[in-house]
Amino acid sequence: MGSAIFFVLAPVAVLAGVLVFRVDSMVRATFLLLVSFLGVAGLAFLLNSGFVGGIMLLMMTGEMVIMVVFMIMFMMNPGGLMPMKMVHNQRFSACAAVLTFLGLAIVILTVRWPAPKGVAPADVTLSIGEGMMGSKMLVFLTAGVALLACMIAALALATHRGRYDRYGDDLDRKTPDDAARGGVGR
Amino acid sequence: MNLQLFLLTAAALFSVGLFGALSQQSIVMLMMGLELMVNGVILAAVAFWHYQSPASADGQILVLIAFCVMAIEMAMGFAVQIALFRARDVDMTDMAGDLRG
Amino acid sequence: MPDVTVWWVLPVLPVVALALATFAASLDAVLGARVAGRVVALDDVVTPVREGVRLLLTQRRTTRRPDSVVWRVGIGMVPVVALLAAAVIPLGGAGTALSDLDIGVVWWTAWLALLWVALYLVGWGGNSALSLVGGYRFVAQALAYEMPLAITVITVALAGESLRVGAIVEAQQGLWYVVWLPVGFVVYLLTGAAAAFWGPFATPMGADLAGGVTVELSGVDRLVFLAGRYLVLVVVAAFAVPLFLGGGAGPLLPDWAWVLLKTSAVLWLLVWSRRRLAAVRMDRFEEFAWVVLIPVTLVQLFVVCVIVLSTGG
Repeated sequence: MGSAIFFVLAPVAVLAGVLVFRVDSMVRATFLLLVSFLGVAGLAFLLNSGFVGGIMLLMMTGEMVIMVVFMIMFMMNPGGLMPMKMVHNQRFSACAAVLTFLGLAIVILTVRWPAPKGVAPADVTLSIGEGMMGSKMLVFLTAGVALLACMIAALALATHRGRYDRYGDDLDRKTPDDAARGGVGR
Repeated sequence: MNLQLFLLTAAALFSVGLFGALSQQSIVMLMMGLELMVNGVILAAVAFWHYQSPASADGQILVLIAFCVMAIEMAMGFAVQIALFRARDVDMTDMAGDLRG
Repeated sequence: MPDVTVWWVLPVLPVVALALATFAASLDAVLGARVAGRVVALDDVVTPVREGVRLLLTQRRTTRRPDSVVWRVGIGMVPVVALLAAAVIPLGGAGTALSDLDIGVVWWTAWLALLWVALYLVGWGGNSALSLVGGYRFVAQALAYEMPLAITVITVALAGESLRVGAIVEAQQGLWYVVWLPVGFVVYLLTGAAAAFWGPFATPMGADLAGGVTVELSGVDRLVFLAGRYLVLVVVAAFAVPLFLGGGAGPLLPDWAWVLLKTSAVLWLLVWSRRRLAAVRMDRFEEFAWVVLIPVTLVQLFVVCVIVLSTGG
């Protein structure tokens, strides 16, 4: 049963990944990438990693919807009405990709993988939680701070107007001069 | 369904992502290639955890860190693209080659 | 990973969900008749059946150069996603969910998140500007509601000390969570209604967009989409029962009767809210959700943490 699911999900994931770069429509490309992610989430369920699979489902859906918003904003051919090929270095990249795959495949097939050390705990999610809050807490604190820094940096990069546009040349305006309504305290 | 099959799938995803990351001209398509590569890495990490060392949860925690990396990379990538578009009205990597050479 | 899949639930679940969806639709029609000042007639009560048959018999019309694959996938995803999310909801006592996954709460949240994709595809696929605007409105609303909903659901999982829905129900033996997490219940109902783009959050289907995402839908497409929307509402109401209202617990009646009663009560509340609350614009809701709801749910999470730790959890 598990093998049957694997032989359905794995080719779907890889094929969807390949199709991302072949289709002309931007919306289809983004959601084919989502299909690839959903395939990997299903494979994670097969590997006794339900929590990782569930989080992948949730997170990747949100990421792909955000990505499609950006795709439609920036790309010239969102509906796929014209055939489109915006590539550079195509032959070099294809060679690099094939060589990488061959190299990795040779390593995977020739290494004698050792036997598994130990057995999975009964409640994998609980052991993830205990790890997160216990021995690996520093890692997650750092990740949290990194995410906060990323949010601030992304906003600083993307914003169109700075402090001086909003508060005037001497930073002395009482309320900021924003185009959008609302805001805290108004 | 053994470790090698899962790793081959992960290697295939990684290679397709590498092709995309190297060949695409648009920044968003390049980021899709990067996402596929991290996807392959996540699958490999989960497969390694299950078939090599399932006793501790370290492999799964590595996957959670990979999720954080994906989120950060996407956010910063889109922010950089917006800033680039505002400054130069382009969204191609070719027009952003200032650091080249 | 399903520990055990209870196979007899597989045919029962869609039937029960559709029955509740029909009930919600006819309740909505009855309340609409009351609001319009008409006397409630049998005609209003059988509105969903009548509309369903009418839509099945209507010829499907299409636009010029739609993206058919994307469109159909989006329309079909709405009911499918709702039913998949319902797989972890127990229909009675313990062991009556299709699959009491050990990550049940994450499963439900993840499948309802796929609604974002469904609505975007429906908005995009029709090659129509108004439906596209509707799709984008839903994406904006989704960004707003997702974080408070996720934090509230995590708070309940924290109080029950498990992500498994069955364990959360068992942990409510003493006191239902609606009693000491009232803020969580209200936030859950609000954000759940937003997830089903119902009532005050129906701007993606708004009249100012001539129907928004549904403007180009006709015939069986429209039936599947609108039925799917009612199914999502039912799933949101049904998940409130094991999360906040103690599952099948109650005197006298058997478990499945209590689950049905409680689900119907929450469903009644949600359907009633449509005629009572004005439509909220999604950018104002975004501001409210990020500036008010997220801090409130985080404070609630902190309070629940303290309570769980101090009672020796």
